[in-house]
Amino acid sequence: MDELLRDFIAETMEHLAVLDRDLVAIEENPADSQLLDNAFRSVHSIKGTCGFLGLKRIETLLHAAETLLGKIRDGGLSAAVATTAPAALLGACDRARSLVAALATDGHEPDGADGDIIARLELSARSALALPPAAEMPVADAAAVSANAVTASIRVNLDTIDRLMAEVSELVLARNQLMQVLRGRDDGEAALALQRLSQVTSDLQESVMKARMQPIGQAWAKLPRIVRDLGRELGKKIELKLEGAETELDRQVLELVKDPFTHLVRNAADHGIESATERRRAGKPETGTVILAARQEGGAIVITLCDDGRGIDPEKLRAVARRRGFAGEAELLAMDEHQLQQLVFHPGFTTAAQVTSVSGRGVGLDVVRSNVEKIGGTVDLSSTIGRGTRFTIKIPLTLAIVPALLLDCGGQRFAVPQTAVAELVRIGDGHRVEWIHDAPVLRTRGRLLPLVRLADVLGFGTSAGASESLIAIVGHGTRRFGVMIDGVDDAEEIVVKSLSPVLRGVRLFAGSTILGDGSVVLILDPGALAAAVGTAESGEAALSAAPVSALGTASRGASMLVFRAGDSAKAIPLASIVRIEEVGMREIEQIDGKPALSYRGRFLPLHVFGALGHPANKRRVIIAEHDGKSIGFPVDELLDTVDESLVLDGSMARPGLLGVAALGGRLTEIVDVAHYAATRGAPLPIATRSAA
Amino acid sequence: MSAGDYVIVRLGAQEFGIPVADIRDVLRRQKTTPVPLAPRAIAGLLNLRGRIATAIDLRLRLGLPPAAASAEGTMVVVEREGELYALTVDAVGDVLRIEQDRLEPVPAARDPEWRHVATAVYAAAHGLIVLFDVGRLLDIVPRLRAAS
Repeated sequence: MDELLRDFIAETMEHLAVLDRDLVAIEENPADSQLLDNAFRSVHSIKGTCGFLGLKRIETLLHAAETLLGKIRDGGLSAAVATTAPAALLGACDRARSLVAALATDGHEPDGADGDIIARLELSARSALALPPAAEMPVADAAAVSANAVTASIRVNLDTIDRLMAEVSELVLARNQLMQVLRGRDDGEAALALQRLSQVTSDLQESVMKARMQPIGQAWAKLPRIVRDLGRELGKKIELKLEGAETELDRQVLELVKDPFTHLVRNAADHGIESATERRRAGKPETGTVILAARQEGGAIVITLCDDGRGIDPEKLRAVARRRGFAGEAELLAMDEHQLQQLVFHPGFTTAAQVTSVSGRGVGLDVVRSNVEKIGGTVDLSSTIGRGTRFTIKIPLTLAIVPALLLDCGGQRFAVPQTAVAELVRIGDGHRVEWIHDAPVLRTRGRLLPLVRLADVLGFGTSAGASESLIAIVGHGTRRFGVMIDGVDDAEEIVVKSLSPVLRGVRLFAGSTILGDGSVVLILDPGALAAAVGTAESGEAALSAAPVSALGTASRGASMLVFRAGDSAKAIPLASIVRIEEVGMREIEQIDGKPALSYRGRFLPLHVFGALGHPANKRRVIIAEHDGKSIGFPVDELLDTVDESLVLDGSMARPGLLGVAALGGRLTEIVDVAHYAATRGAPLPIATRSAA
Repeated sequence: MSAGDYVIVRLGAQEFGIPVADIRDVLRRQKTTPVPLAPRAIAGLLNLRGRIATAIDLRLRLGLPPAAASAEGTMVVVEREGELYALTVDAVGDVLRIEQDRLEPVPAARDPEWRHVATAVYAAAHGLIVLFDVGRLLDIVPRLRAAS
């Protein structure tokens, strides 16, 4: 197919999606002349190109649509037309789309005619004609808007952008390698040049990533139409509000989350929003509202989908889970509301009383969740009966570069995406491995977590010298399990490369990568690990989602955790961190006028940088240890883990502050854990809290 | 008529020919990252100037006894469908221009695996050289896996 035609197809599909959205909006807001102008322009420009390319069938169809739109624009949308025109135009839009799709596969327009659609358009146009012309159009305004809309831009082939991204990824690797080589050397000049290279590389990476970005609104273009059609089909009044549609996302990520969005919106319209009568009885406005909002937060995009519908009844969930045997009775009774709500992500779960053509077929939220998790994202849900439901989806900005943790097993290193690792626990540190028949389980916080030996999964067998003293707790879907490993080596940003075809049969690995030191490591696929644990466990569904932080008890001395607390970036050596907990601020008590947290039956003294925050909020608390004494630091935000040699500027040192260093390009205060542990710290009990 | 240029490699006492056109590089045997659960013939992964290559032990691939751990060995890097593969061999010899009229079909008595990966046998002055089809050397790895 020639380039011109390919461009036309891509462009027209985009135009049609926008047109869909505008037409739905016109239906809601018939008086909006701006919308009419937009729709007219879209149709006109596609039609023009069709004429140029000799695509007669689409041209004829769109000509009829254009005529109708022109009549409405000049004559206003009367009550008579309002009922027929948008539907006829949407019909034309659908037909045009299927013609373009056929064009894309066959390379030419399919045979046939569109007399049916055209007749409807003409009929509608005739009723528009009967009306007196409306007031003069503000033509100048419209022209000004369209002129502003044209920004300096060019269309670039996606392959070019993808190749550019791949090359930049290689550059990042080369830079990391160079840093590794020069790390041990005392060469100021080289260090300076490297710093410059590093800066330029980072900037370039950012620019290329930006070039791959597309507004998330593109993935949403179809949604207003879907909600409109659903509302009609189900006899409900639903308003869809889109916020933050301009938020930009990597195009590859965008492709992957398109379907999950559609699914969630359908779900909200179908299950969430009640019928108008039901809403009136509940004292709510007849029209239900679904709000889809996106915003950027650090290196992630957070998307929320809220509806003001009936909410999810936890008791109903419990009943369905019981009936389908998703979890044991005792477990179900022990679950709190939030844990019960997570059951909707269980495969095959649906609470819809009846299966509609829309959703409720039991294929659903589990697929949404696994799609989002596949790209390193998370999905969470909260719901209040009678008030509505909110889904929160967090997805990374880009897939090209993934923060990973390097695990040791049998003398070999393996990478695992950090997002998959909920936490790291050291055996003995209040955690015990027990055996049920032949299966190891971890007893932690009163719960049992299925365990798997990574050495077994890898077919290493029992080798001498393997300590297996560390457990990486991995979350995959609703499953949560521990992976026994020998240690954690490092955290590094990696560029994922797919395995060669001869290795595709090995399902355990998601790919491989080259580390900064030039060595090649395999990337473990959390999904395959989950499969290795087996499907018998039901217990993991009961485990609430612990804060996801890929940080833990063991690491090399130089690795630092960077966080924000009290308005500045601070860092603590990873080696001194025992654990990170999420804590509600109201759990914090004052002991002798100093804040402390009741933790494992003892009081853990806290040192608060800045203010403690509102009692209703939750914050993460870093629990650090020095010389047998523990202290907690509430943090505002975990920023990063870095593994850089420290160049400490001690001129600002004071008790509790070792000095300031540039970490990950950020001026960071290095916290003196020893100081706080010695002055305020308290020993933590070793014993595990009882399971009861 | 010429059937093209081949690089002659040695595995044990047997000589093989790999088409020069398929070869990207020849290097000393490198350390590789083993791939657990992979077919036996896959020696591992290695970093070739920023690209990841899959190393294939040709001895194991052809059902020959493995080389001694201390053996030096050489890697012949070939490219197939955009992927790099490093074929480990005992030694690499000269480039030979193969004349079409001195090619013989692979004898039927040979191991079926050999018959699959070989295109022909070349009768050189000092002995027989088995000519490889690189694509076939690689595409049957999953079959090996199924058998193991």
